[in-house]
Amino acid sequence: MQKLVAWIDERLPVVDAWNKHVGKYYAPKNFNMWYFFGSLAMLVLVNQLVTGIWLTMSYNPSAEGAFASVEYIMRDVEWGWLLRYLHSTGASAFFVVVYLHMFRGLMYGSYQKPRELIWIFGMLIYLVLMAEAFMGYLLPWGQMSYWGAQVIVNLFGAIPVIGDDLSLWIRGDYLISGITLNRFFALHVVALPIVLLGLVVLHILALHEVGSNNPDGIDIKKNKDENGIPKDGIPFHPYYTVHDLLGVGVFFFIFFIVVFFFPEMGGLFLEKPNFEPANALKTPDHIAPVWYFTPFYAMLRAVTVDLFGLDAKFWGVVVMGAAIAILFVLPWLDRSPVRSMRYKGWISKIALAIFVVSFVILGYLGIVPATEGRTIVAQILTTLYFLYFILMPFYTRMEKTKPVPERVTG
Amino acid sequence: MRKLIFGLFIAILPALGLAAGAAGPLDAMEPDHTNKQSLQRGAALFTNYCMGCHSAEFARYKRVSDDLEIPASLYEENLIFTGAKIGELMKVSMSKDQSAGWFGAPPPDLTLESRLRGESWIYSYLRGFYQDDTRPLGVNNVVFENVGMPHVLVDMQGLCAVKPKIGHGSSVDPLSGNVNNADVCPEYAIEGSMSAAEFDRAMYDLTNFLSYMGDPVKVERERLGIFVLIFVAIFFIFAYLLNREYWKDVH
Repeated sequence: MQKLVAWIDERLPVVDAWNKHVGKYYAPKNFNMWYFFGSLAMLVLVNQLVTGIWLTMSYNPSAEGAFASVEYIMRDVEWGWLLRYLHSTGASAFFVVVYLHMFRGLMYGSYQKPRELIWIFGMLIYLVLMAEAFMGYLLPWGQMSYWGAQVIVNLFGAIPVIGDDLSLWIRGDYLISGITLNRFFALHVVALPIVLLGLVVLHILALHEVGSNNPDGIDIKKNKDENGIPKDGIPFHPYYTVHDLLGVGVFFFIFFIVVFFFPEMGGLFLEKPNFEPANALKTPDHIAPVWYFTPFYAMLRAVTVDLFGLDAKFWGVVVMGAAIAILFVLPWLDRSPVRSMRYKGWISKIALAIFVVSFVILGYLGIVPATEGRTIVAQILTTLYFLYFILMPFYTRMEKTKPVPERVTG
Repeated sequence: MRKLIFGLFIAILPALGLAAGAAGPLDAMEPDHTNKQSLQRGAALFTNYCMGCHSAEFARYKRVSDDLEIPASLYEENLIFTGAKIGELMKVSMSKDQSAGWFGAPPPDLTLESRLRGESWIYSYLRGFYQDDTRPLGVNNVVFENVGMPHVLVDMQGLCAVKPKIGHGSSVDPLSGNVNNADVCPEYAIEGSMSAAEFDRAMYDLTNFLSYMGDPVKVERERLGIFVLIFVAIFFIFAYLLNREYWKDVH
């Protein structure tokens, strides 16, 4: 065995790579439960890839056959129902862990210098994940697949001058059709997963270059022992590999409760209208995107005024795009001398709390039908969402921070 | 165990039922896929009364026969009228173009109806027909207003002369099969062969069957789920012990 490893290592630096990324990658010893979600995202990604490959074996990407082939998977394919529920629940689970992972970043300032690139790669992953989820949702070819895609693609039509041609180009037809289904299938199963995997590699390479942040936001590389090993660092393997197994256990327990007992999650993970085949002549009463898009959908609907001769819908799309775009520049908005929320001032803490509450309530408002009162609430919350970022350069600089300890705590 | 899990999820699921379509008040129906006799009666009703027009084209006869423990020969003899083989999909011979002309819209496929509209909706709808001479077929429905479907169960239920009281607390107890607050119709234009309670029980069976059709693997899925969760729990114990052992030397 050792001979084999040596033989390979002379030709490919496997030992080097193992040591750099796992065996001798020193991670801070004070990770808390918020640090489970990165590895869990990886776990869900593997689940999506494996179940996705097997689903592809029985799925028929055509307008005539898609819906029936999904039911074929659910009824006639051995364990097909399990593959499909693992994949559909996995899609929602992916967003759950990614949102929690991002929240961890916000809380402990993991985006701050020198981790700006890690944050940007992460945001790109989030963006590609949204595209991946959106295109995957068309594939069952149910009513909500169809009309959801119709609504989202039509958003591009709000762009002045080129809008209509752009949405036509995306659909490949004048309405969502089998042509759209085929191209979304190709993008969902081939193009976007490749991009996603590439970005995940970049995300991790960038992380391992500068090292992991921690709940104290301390740079553990400043404090090294005589061997050049950070005093507060422990090798990722075996310490964090066994530690992450705990997270995997808890995650799987919750995940399988959904898969085996509540695969529709009360209409949140699999929407009821999607049990009816797509019908271009029949619009559902209420079109709502899947829950992980609803905060942005609520922002889109919150914009109700025409401005500069342009439609409110266009400005809604701008607001929605800006809500995601502004996350990219976060590393340069935070001017605080400290990273972690533990040592930031009370304004930062309150700002983060308001931001999270706004995002969650916007998510709820995006699910339910809009009313006048709800629209006003959505407008206020959208404003709060943006104020969190726009005011950040000011409140992070002027607030009083606590002194950061030399070594990690707890 | 299931009660506990369910309770947990109710607690963290304020949005439960949000996506269900608004349909006015309904009579509650709690399906029971382990009640094979109810499902068998439902299958017989479905084949005799519904499958003239409605297909269940994503399901196969054989699967129904196996799951409901109806012997294949008996099933073929009594429950397949189209000459289809038992391994085939449950299609109907009515053409969609023609039926659209007759009823205004082709009768929808019913394989997934229970997941689209919910069991309570189906149970209420089936009992919601009443006489309405302004409609082309002479009947209307309180749950699905101006529906194009005729009242095919009229010989069993009779025809209600006024709007039936759906959503006033009538329900079938899944354990005893007794109907609470049974009579949804105070006055009949045509008498049916069944009493109100008998008809409600029959509709419970039919709805139960449609619920099974929408999610045929439910019983097996939930049975397996328990074992999977037990496995994960045991895995967690070992993961916990392993983690504790390794982390002993981290201070």
